[in-house]
Amino acid sequence: MAETEKDDKAVDVTKATEAAAAPHGITEVTTVDAATEDEAVAALDAEVGSGEPILQVRNLVKHFPLTQGILFKKQVGAVKAVDGISFDLYQGETLGIVGESGCGKSTVAKLLMTLESATAGEVFYKGQDITKLSGRALRAVRRNIQMVFQDPYTSLNPRMTVGDIIGEPYEIHPEAAPKGDRRRKVQELLDVVGLNPEYLNRYPHQFSGGQRQRIGIARGLALNPEIIICDEPVSALDVSVQAQVINLMEKLQDEFNLSYIFIAHDLSIVRHISDRVGVMYLGKMAEIGTDAEIYDHPTHPYTQALLSAVPVPDPEAREGRERIILTGDVPSPANPPSGCRFRTRCWKAEDKCAKEVPLLAIPERFAGTDSLAAHESACHFAEEKDVVHA
Amino acid sequence: MTTIEKTGAEPSARVEDADGGPLLEVRDLHVEFHTRDGVAKAVNGVNYSVSAGETLAVLGESGSGKSVTAQAIMGILDMPPGKIPQGEILFRGEDMLTMAPEERRKIRGRRIAMIFQDALSALNPVLSVGYQLGEMFRVHQGLSKKDAKAKAIELMERVRIPAAKERVGDYPHQFSGGMRQRIMIAMALALEPDLIIADEPTTALDVTVQAQVMDLLAELQREYNMGLILITHDLGVVADVADKIAVMYAGRIVETAPVHELYKRPAHPYTKGLLDSIPRLDHKGQELYAIKGLPPNLLKIPTGCAFNPRCPKAQDICTTEVPALAAVAEQDGTELPGRGSACHFWKETIHG
Repeated sequence: MAETEKDDKAVDVTKATEAAAAPHGITEVTTVDAATEDEAVAALDAEVGSGEPILQVRNLVKHFPLTQGILFKKQVGAVKAVDGISFDLYQGETLGIVGESGCGKSTVAKLLMTLESATAGEVFYKGQDITKLSGRALRAVRRNIQMVFQDPYTSLNPRMTVGDIIGEPYEIHPEAAPKGDRRRKVQELLDVVGLNPEYLNRYPHQFSGGQRQRIGIARGLALNPEIIICDEPVSALDVSVQAQVINLMEKLQDEFNLSYIFIAHDLSIVRHISDRVGVMYLGKMAEIGTDAEIYDHPTHPYTQALLSAVPVPDPEAREGRERIILTGDVPSPANPPSGCRFRTRCWKAEDKCAKEVPLLAIPERFAGTDSLAAHESACHFAEEKDVVHA
Repeated sequence: MTTIEKTGAEPSARVEDADGGPLLEVRDLHVEFHTRDGVAKAVNGVNYSVSAGETLAVLGESGSGKSVTAQAIMGILDMPPGKIPQGEILFRGEDMLTMAPEERRKIRGRRIAMIFQDALSALNPVLSVGYQLGEMFRVHQGLSKKDAKAKAIELMERVRIPAAKERVGDYPHQFSGGMRQRIMIAMALALEPDLIIADEPTTALDVTVQAQVMDLLAELQREYNMGLILITHDLGVVADVADKIAVMYAGRIVETAPVHELYKRPAHPYTKGLLDSIPRLDHKGQELYAIKGLPPNLLKIPTGCAFNPRCPKAQDICTTEVPALAAVAEQDGTELPGRGSACHFWKETIHG
């Protein structure tokens, strides 16, 4: 294991300063050099103004090693789950991340939570690279970045009462609430997410899916975080309950001034809740922009195919709408195609796509124009195409 | 009827179906489960029918009884604890519930086939897909192992699995989700049935793959002129493929309508609520409308209309009287064909 880790470190990456030179969207990172742990913790507690970047991700890479042999494990390759993505999260906004299963969106969530250690790249939270933090400073980061999980049936411990589940974060971060005050705090949280505060002593199995997801959200809110990472928070819920949970999340965002990273495969829900949207394909960001830019003026062929495949709940539209049906499946991330990763399924692919990796930047033909098509897209042949409206 | 007949072992049953009657008719079906906590009434009087070449979408949330109805039709309900106290399931006019098990087995798989939601757990992990596909031919048509395998390859090609010949010996885990679902479709199609019941066939798939699979299913349905019952909770998929829709809630059909009508003018508050609560892809809306409360516990279905505790239009009558599925008419009294609503206030809902 130790050996593979050394290998991981050897992966060459561009420095954060180089990424900062990239145009548009990606802002420059002002790093904080904290000499002592106390300084680091103090810097993490500082306020960030609305509209300022709170989380800056630069060239984040996660490779899971593939090993062979039993006693002497040797690395024979790597699953390139996340392969160099950069984006910013601004204070108070919702950034949606969409993509097919296996594109690495959940791995990004785990990396941001430091549940997985990054192979390379940096995640700056308030100017400090959290991938390098440890000890007290890392704990302070984790307090401020919380997560809501996909499956409300397995993410709650069936042997713990709701009160214990929501109160557990206080055991790890005792400074957040004095011991005598915890019960009252938990009841308050239950009330905030729309559950009866008297349900404190019930167990998860006594609740429905939607109610369990509310418990998961209450747990995420317990430590007053600034960022909540939601990994498919509503995909396990029924349609009528989905709307309730989405509305709750929007209400809480206003109330507690939260920033969300909202990961989902349902493109309609992502449009509804997000201010900006990033489209991922096979460990890379294919396109990123505001919701109108991505949904009404997509320029990357993958985004166009993805959007056109979504069934629209309007039978009138079924004849008029153009459908781009992709052939085949997503290639294996252990052996991604050379050049542009989407080229094996792309109808525009040419020789250039196999040789050159397209950079995530504003396409030249749109640069400098006012058009909403002028947003970052990683395609050599970026072209605007409206696929959502009939 | 001009479709290519490839099986040829038996004359196709579809030729007899010239009278135009419905292929399948479910009449007043009730299903209940006897549990330790009481009797869960999963299906409470469902009526619907499907004709050849037609697509009926059964729409509902989890626990609405849509899958249980399908299982009752297929005869794969676990009994006990399940029980069918009342109702008829007529396939070409014959009641399948009173049929001898022997006869029923002949219909299952050959005349009515089912596609399940989760292809990974529906396929046997220790048998190759070729063997599982061939089983249909070996059991129903008595083909030899070799011939069955050849048929299996043919089927895999028909559902467009690349390199079918090489992959026929592969096991389910070696296929991707979309490919596994294609194998499920191939298996259902094997004996060219008259009716296919697809229970959430694309729920576990990504949108791009979902589009591929739905396209394939629609194409095959046209080719063989099959009836299709599509069970789903996705209003988008329904709008794309269905001819008519039945909306279920707490074991009852609360609204039936042709697909265009339902989306334009829902006649039941539940349908209206569902349509309002889904976000749209083509424009960014304001706050979503949310139906308050939760779907009912089937052990304790509310009296009167089961939707009354969640309904914005509920009045006293809704808690006492069960609304029947009434025909829906225009304001001037002309009846809208195929439309029905089980709401005391359907007039206000559709015209108000």
